[in-house]
Amino acid sequence: MSLPISLDHVTHAYKTASGPLPVLDDLSIDMPEGSFTAVVGPSGCGKSTLTRLIAGLMKPDEGIVRLGGQPVTGPRKTVGMAFQNPVLLEWRSILQNVILPLEIVGGLSKTQREDRARELLALVGLEGFEDKRPSELSGGMRQRASLCRSIVHRPEVLILDEPFGALDAFTREDLWQTMHDLRRAERFTCVLITHDLRESVFLSDRTVVFSARPARAQRIVEIDLGDTRGLDDLYAPRAVELLATLRREIQIAQGREVAQ
Amino acid sequence: MIALRKIAVPLMAMVVFLILWEALVWANGWPNFVMASPSDLPQAYTRYWELFLTGGWQTLWRTVAGLMIAVIVGTLIGMIMGFSRTAREALYPLLVGFNAIPKATVVPILALLFVGQHDFNTVMLAFMISFFPIAVSVSIGLSTLEPEYRDILRSLGASNATIFWKIALPKTLPEFFGALKVAVTLAFIGTNLMEIVSPHGRGLGALFDSGRTNADYPLMFAVLIALAILGIALFYVVVALEKIFAGWAERPQS
Repeated sequence: MSLPISLDHVTHAYKTASGPLPVLDDLSIDMPEGSFTAVVGPSGCGKSTLTRLIAGLMKPDEGIVRLGGQPVTGPRKTVGMAFQNPVLLEWRSILQNVILPLEIVGGLSKTQREDRARELLALVGLEGFEDKRPSELSGGMRQRASLCRSIVHRPEVLILDEPFGALDAFTREDLWQTMHDLRRAERFTCVLITHDLRESVFLSDRTVVFSARPARAQRIVEIDLGDTRGLDDLYAPRAVELLATLRREIQIAQGREVAQ
Repeated sequence: MIALRKIAVPLMAMVVFLILWEALVWANGWPNFVMASPSDLPQAYTRYWELFLTGGWQTLWRTVAGLMIAVIVGTLIGMIMGFSRTAREALYPLLVGFNAIPKATVVPILALLFVGQHDFNTVMLAFMISFFPIAVSVSIGLSTLEPEYRDILRSLGASNATIFWKIALPKTLPEFFGALKVAVTLAFIGTNLMEIVSPHGRGLGALFDSGRTNADYPLMFAVLIALAILGIALFYVVVALEKIFAGWAERPQS
């Protein structure tokens, strides 16, 4: 199961001591069911605000966020989240960490929960590490476990807020592959916040470039590289062209280059 | 080998300490009424053995009772301060002020408020002297919880109570036990303070006081050693509890 996400003229501002700070400005984006959308943009442009709005952790000042046509009014059990910080619970084993969302959502028996978690851990290459504590794992492995936790309850919407941002380059590329594997095995509509343009080109179907704060959707770039991508494909002419386009858009967003 | 080191080394250190103490008294030629030496102690213990047992028990249970109240009240205050900024700003100066008051001055106040309730007064003082570190550590543990921890459960619609039980509480346990180690010795000091300072006290503190009035120096030192042993025992009970409930926070040493 997966649901389309749509943002309909969403505007949001934070209340600060020195008056309201607008972060999102009349943002309208449609993310089809099962699609993978990457969001890139200058630092502090409101990308994380977007994830909190979709997750139902905040309400926008104006406009509507819809999941599957239904307005988001609060948190719902059909959302999964992963962050740059894997935030694993140190007192639980890796397996029990992955099971955590199932305890909240409920419904499955104890063995069913364990089987589901084991299945995902095997899928991301963490077989044999189920009983280890998070502190015994490397950063990349912890992030893999965090990804498993974000999809263990079969969410319809997966929100990734720079989950690969703190990893070294090679580990990051490994995890991109893992992300592709997960997408093939599970079905969800995914939003990925990232600062890495290669990441957005490798993983997404379309990449939205945000302008500087308050963010608008400055440009939406379709990433027409097909469903089966290898790391080598990042150096193919079409991918390089897409990267150059995105790079230019970011510079425009940063105000360093004027749009033609 | 590891067990040997864990038990034998501290024991050796104690033996060395006793030998140095004995040597110091012997070298200075101090008589008993200036400073007792370790070799005087066995006699004091055998003579007053029953008083040590009853006194030790009284000191022990009142310390533990005071500490338990401190854990409950300290955790509650810590929770209130950890979850509400307003409460934190309101309560912090009050708590710091209260903690800064020398607790010896509280003894006569308590004694006047609850005349003759010696047990109650002692437990109260043990509580009052020891809840502060617990409240502060719990509040810091809760207020520094990274928002992502909350968000992974909140985004699934989990209630604040669920977030508290599943994440906030266990995550605070290492800080809590750190504070409890401080609190357990403080509570112990509180109990003894009341026992020594208030007239007609009970427990080891009162035994110390009677040693003082009778100029029985070996008895006074024997009480001090007994207090130290009780204190060590209580401390290691907390360490054992910490191993059980927060052992995960210990990193394997390499």
